[in-house]
Amino acid sequence: MIQHIIARLRQGHRTLAFPQRQPELPDRYPGRPEINPALCADCETRGACVAACPVGAITLADPQSGGLSLDLGRCLFCTQCAAACPRGAIRFTGDYRLAASRREALVLRGQPLELARPLPPERLALFRNSLKLRQVSAGGCNACELDTNVLGTLVFDLGRFGIQFVASPRHADGVLVTGPVSQNMRLGLEKTWAAAPSPRVAIAVGACAISGGPYAGHSEASDGCAGLVPVDLFVPGCAPHPWTILDGLLRLLGRGETG
Amino acid sequence: MRNAQAIPIRSIPLLPAEEFCVEVLEAVLHEARLSALFCAPVDGELRLFAILAEDRLGVLHALSAPAGQAYPSLTPDCPQAHLFEREIWETWGVTPLGHPWLKPVRFPARDPLGREVLGPEIGQARFMEALGEGGHEVAVGPVHAGIIEPGHFRFLCHGEDVLHLEISLGYQHRGIERALTGGPDPRFLQYMQTLAGDTTIGHATAACQNLEALSGCDVPAGALVFRAIALELERLANHAGDLGALAMDVGFLPTSSFLGRIRGDFLNMTAKLCGSRFGRGLVKPGGTGFDLGQPRAEAVRAHLAQVFPQCMEAVELLWSTPSVVSRFERTGSVSRVDALALGLVGVAARACDVEIDVRQDFPVGAFAFSHIPVAVSQTGDVAARAFVRHMELLHSEKFLTEHLTHLPACANTCGFQAGVGNLAPNSLAVSLVEGWRGEICHVALTDATGRFAAYKVVDPSFHNWAGLAMALRNQQISDFPICNKSFSLSYCGHDL
Repeated sequence: MIQHIIARLRQGHRTLAFPQRQPELPDRYPGRPEINPALCADCETRGACVAACPVGAITLADPQSGGLSLDLGRCLFCTQCAAACPRGAIRFTGDYRLAASRREALVLRGQPLELARPLPPERLALFRNSLKLRQVSAGGCNACELDTNVLGTLVFDLGRFGIQFVASPRHADGVLVTGPVSQNMRLGLEKTWAAAPSPRVAIAVGACAISGGPYAGHSEASDGCAGLVPVDLFVPGCAPHPWTILDGLLRLLGRGETG
Repeated sequence: MRNAQAIPIRSIPLLPAEEFCVEVLEAVLHEARLSALFCAPVDGELRLFAILAEDRLGVLHALSAPAGQAYPSLTPDCPQAHLFEREIWETWGVTPLGHPWLKPVRFPARDPLGREVLGPEIGQARFMEALGEGGHEVAVGPVHAGIIEPGHFRFLCHGEDVLHLEISLGYQHRGIERALTGGPDPRFLQYMQTLAGDTTIGHATAACQNLEALSGCDVPAGALVFRAIALELERLANHAGDLGALAMDVGFLPTSSFLGRIRGDFLNMTAKLCGSRFGRGLVKPGGTGFDLGQPRAEAVRAHLAQVFPQCMEAVELLWSTPSVVSRFERTGSVSRVDALALGLVGVAARACDVEIDVRQDFPVGAFAFSHIPVAVSQTGDVAARAFVRHMELLHSEKFLTEHLTHLPACANTCGFQAGVGNLAPNSLAVSLVEGWRGEICHVALTDATGRFAAYKVVDPSFHNWAGLAMALRNQQISDFPICNKSFSLSYCGHDL
């Protein structure tokens, strides 16, 4: 017993006072990309960025702006586009805050990223101080799952925000989906969603759950969960950093700055 | 052939199916292991391929036979073929005659050519039944009670005792092998990094070794060492996480919470090297996506020196707490004979006194120059699997400290990336990597134009799920969580 107490003392206090104190991320962490379509004019290697992207997240003829756009919902953060761009029109800023409320907000055309907004008032009043989530992995590679699970460890200590992952959808206020939704998990996700009582929230974590990620276009998957559940929060990344996920969850509850 | 070597397909013996089966059975009798068994099209004809690993000699053998419509099943005499043969039957419709339990593996909706198939729906199979008085079945999943991938488990019980656990997966199937055919395409590396996201370095290394073997590319020494460092960091993170999860499942919270945090520290070391906690973008064909200079290596080494004693303290608490040890010991035992018959790999095999480790037996890259001792244990139970992880943490830390301190001197001049040219046509390459779960086997076959005619992935979980089923025999359902954690297998790596 004495060993346990000594170990406990030596291991120390590890929980970060987030969000008042901000996490330090490694220098090579890419984070939020920023684009400047104005720099694309007369580009000598026009199309190199598009060709460098393995998942078609970049276009030079965006239907709205007509110029460069980058879809954060597809982006795998491999940074090959930035490496291919001779003009510096695409650069990664190291900012871990990426989560958005609208799918459309994830398409960057040079505007600042519109981060996630709080839930509508009636659901916010219910969930602001207590949100119980059921997680469904539907074709996920276990990276998003692990970095969601890690929020329960004492570094992040998700429980202090009143957010908890529960075992049954019957106990849940919402469903957090990872993976591109394999055909073989469609029914599993549908049933889990149906079993969660209304009102409820749906959260898509990772490029796969938002757009299919590397599996976009595969007939064995569903290009993400948006066609199956009404998503309230999109957390981009492959896999998103745990701080990105936590920041998104807190913003959804209107506590992004205060915790 | 050797690990990470390419050979022309025409140099592979092409035997009649019956002779092929005899050869494979003979080899397995003489201590070879079936690393892979699969079908692939060669010149418009479907062929069976067997990749046999002779661990003691460090030699791989490839054999082939025309697949035809059916061939005599290997499984009755060679249980380690059982899942491979089910896969061949499900994917290509080639029947292994006399297979005792021919059931679906992944319930795919498409065949390898992309055509829709009318197989059974997921979860619909002739499952085993527990009949008679006191016999009953308990089915759980696909959706489980935690943040975990989906799979279906059926406990066949007599009273409190589990007679057998039937495991039916396929829920994570996303068609990777089908998508790889005709490649490598721009998504190749992304597929490899997400075959099993917790084994990004292991699978990406195996894949890149194949491309390098097929294109005759020499990877700079600095990159080889960088890859090995990343592989061992991946092992540290996952072993620490698994030991923490085992502690959690026996209700021992100190170790569980300490190791939960420490696992994150190991992941952050990988992130220091490449920006991603899972090592995305670190391993690239021809080398690594980043350089590794002495200041960065020193920063990681210093972090490791600070965290590792805390990790050991947390792990040693397990062994000094009698209630934990008594829960681990004699739970979920697998005999050495069963481990060999089922062809278990990695931690699960070494815990049954089967001394195999790709880093020792088929060393390539940095492991050819730096020996890592193989950790084994004898009892084959949860305690043994935990103990092997404990030993491997120690060995990996030693390797890391040494290599982070002494980076190859040439790294500054020869760089971290060599060009990868066109792949040799009509060739086969086999690449083995000792991932943290065990042997990762990738087999690439090229066609006349140097594109992939087939790309076969064997995650260690593919061999080891049967080990978990064996471990549950004569246990109780309440033993399942710690047995499951002690194997810690991948669903997506199995389902592909």
